[in-house]
Amino acid sequence: MKKTMTTTIKHHLTDDLLMAYAAGNLPEAFSLVVATHVSLCDECRARLMEYEAVGGAVLDDAPECAMAEDSFAATMRLIDGMPADERIETSAMVRHDGNAVFPQPLRDYVGGDAEAVRWKSLGGRIRQAVLPTSKEASVRLLYIPAGMAMPDHGHKGMELTMVLQGAFEDDEGLYARGDVEVANEEMEHTPVAAPGPDCICLVATDAPLKFSGLLPRIAQPFIGI
Amino acid sequence: MNERQTSDVRWVQLVERVRSGRDQRAFAELFGHFAPRVKAFLMKSGADASLAEECAQEVMATVWHKAHLFDPERASVATWVFTIARNRRIDALRKQRRPEPEDLPWGPEHEPDQSETIALQQESEQLGRALAALPDNQRMLIERAYFGELSHSEIAAETGLPLGTIKSRIRLALERLRHEMK
Ligand SMILES: [Zn+2]
Repeated sequence: MKKTMTTTIKHHLTDDLLMAYAAGNLPEAFSLVVATHVSLCDECRARLMEYEAVGGAVLDDAPECAMAEDSFAATMRLIDGMPADERIETSAMVRHDGNAVFPQPLRDYVGGDAEAVRWKSLGGRIRQAVLPTSKEASVRLLYIPAGMAMPDHGHKGMELTMVLQGAFEDDEGLYARGDVEVANEEMEHTPVAAPGPDCICLVATDAPLKFSGLLPRIAQPFIGI
Repeated sequence: MNERQTSDVRWVQLVERVRSGRDQRAFAELFGHFAPRVKAFLMKSGADASLAEECAQEVMATVWHKAHLFDPERASVATWVFTIARNRRIDALRKQRRPEPEDLPWGPEHEPDQSETIALQQESEQLGRALAALPDNQRMLIERAYFGELSHSEIAAETGLPLGTIKSRIRLALERLRHEMK
């Protein structure tokens, strides 16, 4: 039986993001948001599979580049020398946990579920945790107590915000668990965490990382993502 | 029936023989078709010939070892090989991790359903024909987005086309693909 995921998600990934992720051209930080959303969203999973199928068709249609003379034999030697890793992939399913707040790709970066996050205070009970990725873009978890506003922020470049717990609201609408907001440079918004459970979001941005642990906190803008 | 119509089902059977019987002849046939394409894919993404050769061998070795994870209800063999090659490229060329979505709870270990498998493989063959039938400029943009490791803005810079034009052409091409597949 195919177990279906939650169907309450209203704000989805764009075609551009899904195609770039399928093609393998997204920075790691954005890929983490895509993988986390797709883990919760059957609709985007289906669209992603379409984009991967396009990649397959492109590969199948591709010109060939002759392999080296002894290539097949070399590959068979490679196969013989590789450890049989039949067990490795199935561990992903063992780790599947329907009760977790964070889907597995995010747990891999955090080193556990929500309680394992090493938060740093941004003041006013707002907290963040920057996750380690390649440098071209950055991704962090934000913790915003219910009812509190994220101060105004415009951004340079693109910003993806996905809700993992609670909800937030801005001019564009209400965003609850699984929803993704795709914001661009022109957009000025003031998200407010909705009443109820405190809001935890995953935020990826290609603007420079502003909250480095090396700066004294007092010198940092209140929130600058 | 043309060659395309039979080939996708054939690849599925070959992967099945690799999975269940460690069948080297079946693997050799897969290798003959996919390895040179994977190598070309990696070279277009910026790998030099020797790195592309090495990575293509590793991709094919992964095909052998992970044959049991291939699900013919979800993907064609070409799509599966593409995702392995793409991940190898991210690892070897971009030196990044690749966050992957959580697998569906039912996992890949169920027995594939024959009619669903055939339906999926037929769809993928239609997709291949639809791609080949696209106007050249649209097909080339799609190929570059997947192959050339170019973002839309980089394609724009190289072709001199504004970003909006690129995006709308790719979207148009993908809409045509979907339409053709209906
Ligand atoms: Zn979605």
